[in-house]
Amino acid sequence: MSETADEATGTAPGPATGTAPRAATDGNRDSDWLRLDPRTVLVRVVLFGGVLVGAALPVIFALAGRRPLWQAALWVAAGVTLALLADIAAETVRLRRTRYRIGTERAELHTGLVVVQRRSLARERIRSVDLTANPLQRVLGLVKVRIGTGEHTGGSESTLELDLVTRAEGERLRHELLTRSAATPEAPDHDPSLATLDPRWIRYAPVSFLAPALGGAAAGAVMQVSEWFGAQGEVIDWIGDRFQDVSIPWMILVLVLLATVAGAVGALGLWVEMWWNYRLERESGGTLRVSRGLFTARSVSIEERRLRGIELVEPLGVRAFGAARVDAVATGLVKDDEDKHTDLKTLLPAAERAVADRVAAQVLREPEPPTGAPLAAHPRAARTRRVRWALGSVLVPVAVLVLLGLLLTPVLLYVAAGCAAVLCPVAVLFALDAYRALGHGVSGAYLVTRSGTVRRATVALQRSGVIGWTVKQSYFQRRAGVLTLTATTAAGAGAYDILDAGQSQGLTFAAGAVPDLLTPFLEPVPTTEARSTEG
Amino acid sequence: MTGENAVRLRPPRNAVDERAVAWWRSRLLATTAVPAVVLGLLGALIGPARFWLLVSAGAVAALGLTCTAFFPAWWFRVHRWEVTEDAVYVRTGALWQEWRIAPMSRIQTVDTSRGPLEQGFRLATVTVTTASSKGAIRIEGLDHELAAELAERLTVITQATPGDAT
Repeated sequence: MSETADEATGTAPGPATGTAPRAATDGNRDSDWLRLDPRTVLVRVVLFGGVLVGAALPVIFALAGRRPLWQAALWVAAGVTLALLADIAAETVRLRRTRYRIGTERAELHTGLVVVQRRSLARERIRSVDLTANPLQRVLGLVKVRIGTGEHTGGSESTLELDLVTRAEGERLRHELLTRSAATPEAPDHDPSLATLDPRWIRYAPVSFLAPALGGAAAGAVMQVSEWFGAQGEVIDWIGDRFQDVSIPWMILVLVLLATVAGAVGALGLWVEMWWNYRLERESGGTLRVSRGLFTARSVSIEERRLRGIELVEPLGVRAFGAARVDAVATGLVKDDEDKHTDLKTLLPAAERAVADRVAAQVLREPEPPTGAPLAAHPRAARTRRVRWALGSVLVPVAVLVLLGLLLTPVLLYVAAGCAAVLCPVAVLFALDAYRALGHGVSGAYLVTRSGTVRRATVALQRSGVIGWTVKQSYFQRRAGVLTLTATTAAGAGAYDILDAGQSQGLTFAAGAVPDLLTPFLEPVPTTEARSTEG
Repeated sequence: MTGENAVRLRPPRNAVDERAVAWWRSRLLATTAVPAVVLGLLGALIGPARFWLLVSAGAVAALGLTCTAFFPAWWFRVHRWEVTEDAVYVRTGALWQEWRIAPMSRIQTVDTSRGPLEQGFRLATVTVTTASSKGAIRIEGLDHELAAELAERLTVITQATPGDAT
């Protein structure tokens, strides 16, 4: 804190640095060292103060047992004040020591409470500038800025976090860092907005997999909390009393229904918080920007240069209502560490299939959505394999039940018969649906592959983004004459599968989709094929 | 498969070093011996469970010996590799076979590694990685001098090949 006077003049050397900013003499240059917003301290104090007061109340009551209430309150108040003052001091030091600079070559950040950390990123490697603001920060007009290179190596090493700056400064940074001088100029009359929230999309929230998960979590939470207070038995008894007059299966049904309703309500709430004010737009610098959030506002920017394609995801429930979600397949998009629920790659929440297709096409700047292209079906062997797996996954447990039934009690035999009768048709339906999902094709510059029944995903991957092929064939696949092709890529999941394509069909397709890569390693199959020795 | 223009992947040109078979065998033996010996020792020490422990030790040993007799020879027939001007091409596996192709322009790093057992057989493994998190190619069981030479050649070709590797 002793260098305050130096810094006021704008010629400050960094605390204990040898790399002093020498160019910072004339006040307003872009390369000047900048500081975080002073109100950062306020945000921090309010948050920390809230936590402290919340913790203080029970402590006061605990102490009040042995001494007068006012005395206890005084002691705790003194403690809280001391802690707050210490926090303010620490935060002020951090604020004073934190400085950042966006130079022509590098973006630099110096920060740290005790040890000064210096981080710098080459500007040409910066791939994302994400802004987030929680409700308190929004009231004050502040945002947290994360500047990332999107590289997988070394986690936090490749990210600069500015905590916090004003919203205007955040927008300026985002704009400045992501606008390339060489970017293609946009037509100015072009509407930048690709999609905005349609409140009717909320109807897809309760049918997502989130709803049952949240319902289960709610039921689990009730049990857990009651256990903390040693009242789990009472809760169970109370529930039992409610259902005194009904049979056990009925009670289970009602409870499951209740959990489902709770889950659906939770999913609706979460959807509103996540997707309120949703907006997907294309900015002049060649970036796509998703902004959304009711309480916590988020803004995620994806450079179009890193976009290698898109993925159209249709989870089972959402698909039943004819809807789909659109995810970006981009290099260097890491999952958000802080809130695991929000995937940064989602460009469009579950919406009508037609909307999803339109957004997919617009994001990729294609006249037609590649994900809507007709796809080649896979050989019947793929269907046989799926039906076989499905029946196997039902019949193996059934066989175990039968065995146990024969050994122990004949009741299990009836259970086994019932399970087989109910589950076999369901399994076969799933298998046929899974087979129908299989498909691959080429649509313009994109390689398209589709698979999955519970989570059907259609991936459109830039053909130039494919950086290798992996071909896999199990013993059974070899006998069935099918193989699994995997296109490896630097983006998204790293590899996308074409499951159970016909042997020759798949290889010919792969050779055609990415020219010159696979072709040198193909050979015609001799017409009278002798069984290969290594098969 | 009976079409006019039916194609298949041709085997890569080069086989791995013959010493790889012995290396794989000793690796399998080592991984079998550890649990078998542990189970056997426990069987010798713990009276009440002796029968079952010895039976499982025997089962592990029998399974391991069968694999040792059977798989390395199969692997040797399947494992092949090839490096052309444009790509690295490798075939591995036995029951699950795998062909991997990475173009030179997308290769990011080339590493050679030699485990203690590999050193004993004067073998080395070359690992070629691309920008994909799932695209690494491993060529196991190469003569260590050949591996070093190959890694050097790959590095030279990769540097000479234009491309940003993503």
